[in-house]
Amino acid sequence: MPVVDVHDLTKSFGAVRALDHLDLSVEAGEVHGFLGPNGAGKTTTLRVLLGLIRADGGTARVLGADPWADAVALHRRTAYVPGDVTLWPQLTGGETVDLLLRLHGRHDRRRRDELLERFALDPTRRARTYSKGNRQKVALVAALASEAELLVLDEPTSGLDPLMELVFQECVAEAAAEGRTVLLSSHVLAEVERLCERVTIVRDGRTVLTGSLADLRALHRTSVSATTAADTAALAALPGVHDVRRDGERVQLSVDDDALPALLARLAADGARGLVATPPSLEELFVQQYAGAAR
Amino acid sequence: MTAVTQARTPVVAPDPRPLAGTGTLVRVGLRRERVRLAVWVAVLAGLLATFAAALQQAYPDAAARQGRAAIMREPSGALLSGPGYGLDDYWIGPMVANELLGMLAVAVALMSSFLVVRHTRAEEEHGRLDLVLAGAVGRRAPLVSALVLAVLADAAVALALALALLVAGLPLAGSLAVGAGVGAVGLVGAALAAVTAQLTWRARAANGLAAAVVGLAFVVRGVGDVRQAGGSALSWASPIGWVQQMRAFVDLRWWPLLLVVVLAGVLVAVALGLGRQRDVGAGLLPERSGRAAASPFLRSPFALVARLERGAVVGWAAGLAVMAVLTGSLVEGVLDSIAADPALAAAFGATGDDVVLGMLSAFVGFLAMAVTVFAVVSVLRAGREEAHGRTSTVLAASVGRPAWLGAHLAVAVVASAVLLVLSGAAVGAGAVVATDDPALVGRLAVAALVHLPVVAAFAGLAALVHAVRAPTWTVWVVVVACVVVGLYGGLLDLPDAVLDAVPFALVPAAPAEAFDAPAVLGVTGAAALLSAGALTAYRRRDLVA
Repeated sequence: MPVVDVHDLTKSFGAVRALDHLDLSVEAGEVHGFLGPNGAGKTTTLRVLLGLIRADGGTARVLGADPWADAVALHRRTAYVPGDVTLWPQLTGGETVDLLLRLHGRHDRRRRDELLERFALDPTRRARTYSKGNRQKVALVAALASEAELLVLDEPTSGLDPLMELVFQECVAEAAAEGRTVLLSSHVLAEVERLCERVTIVRDGRTVLTGSLADLRALHRTSVSATTAADTAALAALPGVHDVRRDGERVQLSVDDDALPALLARLAADGARGLVATPPSLEELFVQQYAGAAR
Repeated sequence: MTAVTQARTPVVAPDPRPLAGTGTLVRVGLRRERVRLAVWVAVLAGLLATFAAALQQAYPDAAARQGRAAIMREPSGALLSGPGYGLDDYWIGPMVANELLGMLAVAVALMSSFLVVRHTRAEEEHGRLDLVLAGAVGRRAPLVSALVLAVLADAAVALALALALLVAGLPLAGSLAVGAGVGAVGLVGAALAAVTAQLTWRARAANGLAAAVVGLAFVVRGVGDVRQAGGSALSWASPIGWVQQMRAFVDLRWWPLLLVVVLAGVLVAVALGLGRQRDVGAGLLPERSGRAAASPFLRSPFALVARLERGAVVGWAAGLAVMAVLTGSLVEGVLDSIAADPALAAAFGATGDDVVLGMLSAFVGFLAMAVTVFAVVSVLRAGREEAHGRTSTVLAASVGRPAWLGAHLAVAVVASAVLLVLSGAAVGAGAVVATDDPALVGRLAVAALVHLPVVAAFAGLAALVHAVRAPTWTVWVVVVACVVVGLYGGLLDLPDAVLDAVPFALVPAAPAEAFDAPAVLGVTGAAALLSAGALTAYRRRDLVA
């Protein structure tokens, strides 16, 4: 059974339809990337999953339970890092972490200290003196030191410096190795590429794509550049080959994954030199999905 | 190398044009404030015009007016109104100057304080001032432009109030004096807030500090006016006392107004001086490191809310204690006059002891209204927690919604109980010098708790307003209406049915009045119902942030 199972979810705020029949499924033990342009409905979905708002329609199950009705019990097994962390200005970072862990229930004291160390967070400073990144670290330490089975992270690294981003990635990888499930909403594609086995892309409150990164790549064309005298028209006539252009000695084209062997055989027969084949970058993939060009 | 670099570094004059951009900031400020200020001006002028008309209708003849003058001579009348100029020939003019001027001055001082804090410390706290100062804007411009806004707002209020009085048919000079006096106290409020905004790093604390000083200024002049008709030295220790000493409509003198303006100027100079000593975003008090780990007590929603409210409770306790001791000390004057003229005792009631006890019980009732304001502010913290997204953090950490809102209610009620007991004890302590009866301290402290159900009912109402996401001004309208009718209902000659229906009048004024179990239980039941309704409604709605 999936840890997060969302089906046909809808939610409107007045006239604005934030979620429009959205589907999301996160399997136990995976790190799942949750992607989409700003305003796509990512945060709204996460807030439904936390029982902070109630969906208008559709079903949402978290760890097999109803996130609205069973919120308190579920939250003992779930940890959350909001996208825009606000803390009590008069409490110190250390006090805030302790408070959140105690309200949460089970937690590991040693891990709390170790994480404060790793994230280089001074726990004696009051939250009002923290930068955005430091506030985020407080929420991350509290989430990671808890013994939650499911981590719900909403753009958790948007204020972190590159070093701290690496620490974060290590921590998420460790959490996954311990068998915890992570739902990660993020705009940092390199981070998603490194951490996530599967991703779900949403746009305008709808799921536009979901699957493993390998599957997603397979859906998209590899771009090929070769130095060859071959006739462009003949190449374009091959099945699965698109956008053939000649640029001096070089020919540029894109090709569907399953048509790649036939193309390579043809280019070899034509005596091509200097062959470069580039799989679709994740960025291209997302930009296409965000823009809706590939739908 | 160094020499070359230095030679090329343009010389920056120290603090060039510290007021650059003030004009733009004033225009932006007016844009942001236009609705709020228009409402303030319209409401204040409308209230004044309505009261003036109502008073004229309610007191058509001299006999009725002299009856009202007699009420104003009594200690509680003088405490809440003014020094009592013109009581011998009481007509609408002196009524306005004596009874309404002080309250209007308090309202406009608060309006001006909040305005200045909104445009200085609040901007700073939220980081918006960094954005403004990053432009070609002088370092003093934000504070100065906020003060300019306050001057404009106070001038508008002064004009509107003078106009309202003229329309009601009052003479020109007195009308202008009342308007100018209220406006001038507004300037003091603005300048005061300019100072408090330098001291604390949080806008709320700056507002609270300024409001406490304004409240104290009103009580100080009240105590001064009770001590002696026409005002004593204590009346002259408060700018609100100064404008009342202008004797508008009786024997007008303008020079006290000068004192008010000079005080405002001095406070502005202090604020600008303090502002030079600190960094943007910082208060004057240094930042200290805190605990690296939370205390073992900080482990429940109740403990968290109590910790967050700690500073506010301490501040309220200090303010209430001072006011309570001051008002308690008023019985001395009453006992003196009874000793001098035993016939007066008969006029007041039976014996001197009963008079004193009645007065002290009434004072505890007044302070309970202040505690009510604390309780409502305290419960409404839940709204700010939610707006800032911290409620989401708490609820996501496995806290149920009833537990979270219930923690706010519980902290408000427990802290209110403490404040009530403290107020009662302090009133008794203030009276001890005159009564020589230390037992009164304990008696009043316990008796003050009779008001707790009323306070709890208002707390429950505030929680309900938050739970159903009604705008917070709705609860304030109810609170202010109940406080005004509770304090001034008698003076306004409202029907008894209305006076008795005010929540504050539902419980007995103990210890002077006997404990009334059914009444107290009834109000307790209402408080429980409102709270239960709030907790139920809060389960059902979406969080806003």
